[in-house]
Amino acid sequence: MVTSTSGAAPPLLELSGISKSFGGVEALRDVDFSVAAGEIHGLVGENGTGKSTLMKIIAGVHTEYRGTMRIDGTEVRFRSARDALAAGIGMVHQELSVVPDLSVAENVFLGMQPLGRLGFIDWRGLVRSARAQLRNLGLDEVDVRAPLRSLPIGMQQLVEVSRVLYSGARIIILDEPTSALSPPEIERLFDVLRRLRASGKSIIFISHFLNDVLSVSDTLTIFRNGRKIVTTKVTREIDKGWIIKRMIGIGHEELEESYTGEIQLSSRQDAPVALETEKMSFGHAYHDVSLRIRAGEVLGVYGFMGCGQLELARTLFGKLQPTGGTLRIGGQAVRLRSTAAAWRTGVAFVPESRRSMLFAHEPIYKNVSISILGRLSRLWLKPAREREIASRHVKSLSIRPTSVEVPLGSLSGGNQQKVALAKWLTHDPKVLILSEPTRGMDVGAKQDVVRIIRGLRDQGMGILVVSTEPETVLALADRVLVMKKGSIAREFANEAISKDRLLGEA
Amino acid sequence: MCASRVETAPSFGRLKQWFRGQLRNIAPFLTLLFLVVFFGFASPSFATMDNLGNILSQVSVTGIIAAGLTFVILTAEIDLSVGSVANATGIVAAFFTLQATSVNIANIALPGWAAIVLALGSCLSLGLVNALGITRIGIPSFIMTLAMLQIGNGVCAMLVRGQIAYSVPPLILTLGSKSIGGVPWLVIVAALTLFAGHIVLAYTRFGRYVYMVGGNREAAEYSGVNIRLIIAAVMIISAMCSGVAGMLGVAYFGSAQQNEFDSYLLDAISAVVVGGTSLFGGRGGMGNTVVGLFVLGVLNNGLDQINIDSFLKILIRGLILLGALIINVYAERLRAPDSTAAA
Repeated sequence: MVTSTSGAAPPLLELSGISKSFGGVEALRDVDFSVAAGEIHGLVGENGTGKSTLMKIIAGVHTEYRGTMRIDGTEVRFRSARDALAAGIGMVHQELSVVPDLSVAENVFLGMQPLGRLGFIDWRGLVRSARAQLRNLGLDEVDVRAPLRSLPIGMQQLVEVSRVLYSGARIIILDEPTSALSPPEIERLFDVLRRLRASGKSIIFISHFLNDVLSVSDTLTIFRNGRKIVTTKVTREIDKGWIIKRMIGIGHEELEESYTGEIQLSSRQDAPVALETEKMSFGHAYHDVSLRIRAGEVLGVYGFMGCGQLELARTLFGKLQPTGGTLRIGGQAVRLRSTAAAWRTGVAFVPESRRSMLFAHEPIYKNVSISILGRLSRLWLKPAREREIASRHVKSLSIRPTSVEVPLGSLSGGNQQKVALAKWLTHDPKVLILSEPTRGMDVGAKQDVVRIIRGLRDQGMGILVVSTEPETVLALADRVLVMKKGSIAREFANEAISKDRLLGEA
Repeated sequence: MCASRVETAPSFGRLKQWFRGQLRNIAPFLTLLFLVVFFGFASPSFATMDNLGNILSQVSVTGIIAAGLTFVILTAEIDLSVGSVANATGIVAAFFTLQATSVNIANIALPGWAAIVLALGSCLSLGLVNALGITRIGIPSFIMTLAMLQIGNGVCAMLVRGQIAYSVPPLILTLGSKSIGGVPWLVIVAALTLFAGHIVLAYTRFGRYVYMVGGNREAAEYSGVNIRLIIAAVMIISAMCSGVAGMLGVAYFGSAQQNEFDSYLLDAISAVVVGGTSLFGGRGGMGNTVVGLFVLGVLNNGLDQINIDSFLKILIRGLILLGALIINVYAERLRAPDSTAAA
């Protein structure tokens, strides 16, 4: 791999001693980080290790931090993302910020259209410059007048890259650019990145896909627990295993048992199948997924963000309609036309966002009883019964505060999650689908949630846990499926599993 | 961010918090109080029992419509067709009633009960079309009911063809224009409708679902609530209330003609919103609507009593509505930090 970095010149971008904390929680601790001109710099680390926080500081999103940042040797301190952009730093976020219904050309110049006389948009100029702009990236064949939505997602991403470039960026930050791309699209993106490198631009490339990082980066930085662990040139000796070891800390003083410790999976092969899919697909999100959830077991589905697991969970609950394959619940082939239909067949779902499953303005007891109202009452509400059931759960799950009259919105995140789970303790569905059940919770709350879910399993419920956090899957699952770009890559059953093996498969 | 709340907030903060939370209930009530005191001093004829009776009669037709509309707005939908559905239903009732020979409408005379059944049937079907358009086809309620507003007006125009009918079935005539023990039947019907609406909203499972669908539609869906069914039901309730108001209104006005309910759409929406029911759904209720009705009733009545340019009246009503909307949105924003801090 060729790098155009020269040892003598000062790095294009240099950060030193960066620390940042959110409400007492340290996200970054004394991090030094630098990027040379004409370099592709890969950035890896697990979720919540500070990569994104650092990038947001560079891009001017976070403005409160300790430490210094220099560009071309001059100290800078951005007050806004606009400042960062003016200084030549552009970021392409994981969630694309494009307008699908506008044409490709308009998207290239979004917010900075060339104006003609009288302040009207100069359409001919717009089309001409967009074409030139995209040709520079090697995208000759794109019809710049076509609406952006008609392009595959990978091309849309490149259009956004070209916009960031057009804005004059010398340093381009790409956050998880390959998660939704197919292999040829990835190759195309990498071609563009190499071309940019040749023209002296610097690229910071954040990804969970270690093979992608290895194939395109000149330099690599690994983060763990808010610290920079190592920065190294990418050489032959550096492979996936080498990175994973440093990401999770094997052989280092901070060795934590949960990272490397093996967990023995054991699942009940004899229990009846509660829910089964056969070659199920949903659009581009996932395809040919066949899985079985048995009564009294927790099936964990692990995969990176955007690998199709969220869509999978929603299809099983009737929120999305599968585009292919069959779904069987309790042995019966069913088509779920609505979430209410899934409900009737005994499937329940807790989405990853608490905001979308709880009523913030309503008291705790109404949040708990909503799922069982149909059973409690036909016509008249029975508020005394509702309160009694809710109080019982509040006590057994040690939810704080203990009054069931408190509006849910005033509870902490962990307690809200417990309330969301409390719904199912009484409702007792056959299959419970949980998406990111412990996201953003402190350790104590996490343990409570694990205990609740195990309790439900022991009652004979079939449980599917979908998560992008290996710890969550390892803590809960009796059997694990690893999803990778829309299909199941590996199943772990009745064997020992550890976090590095899980990461290695994804 | 998962900031955990400090358990022992100072009591003054608590009070402030409570006041913020209750703003949507307190503001309309204070407005009403202010208007009553103001008009009481400004006009000697305002604060009398007779005038109270007037106000009650004046808000009754609006009240019946607003009762139905409260359900719709609580689910965060809207029904713009209430006035036109009311008009159409009233005209259908008159169309199937024997008219005086001077009335030049090719109508069909049926017994009173049959006319009433047909009228109720027509508002039911108009409501059903609204419900299906919104829940099955997926047309936003704003646009769907805008179309229904035109359709209702079309039905009116086809039936009366620019003429005026006067006779309505005897039961309707009694309920719309007669009194019992000095209390107009119309006021009693309106009070019963609002009361029944309150009971349904506050004490039944359906009522709870209405609040939950409006409060967080996605969460209601994930909790297994059939949100399409609930939205369909509130659209039909709204159309039925409008229909009843339309029939009684015809008897109250003494005539059935085109466009006579045009102002009721705005009045009913104003009553619900001025009362403090959230335009974003999920909060408010029939009690709020009753207060809102009185605010509008007192305002209209009071402005008539004092010497004021009648054209200025229209402007003042608009400004009051604007004020209520500002409070409505502001109250929503005051509550918002709670949910974002915890989400």
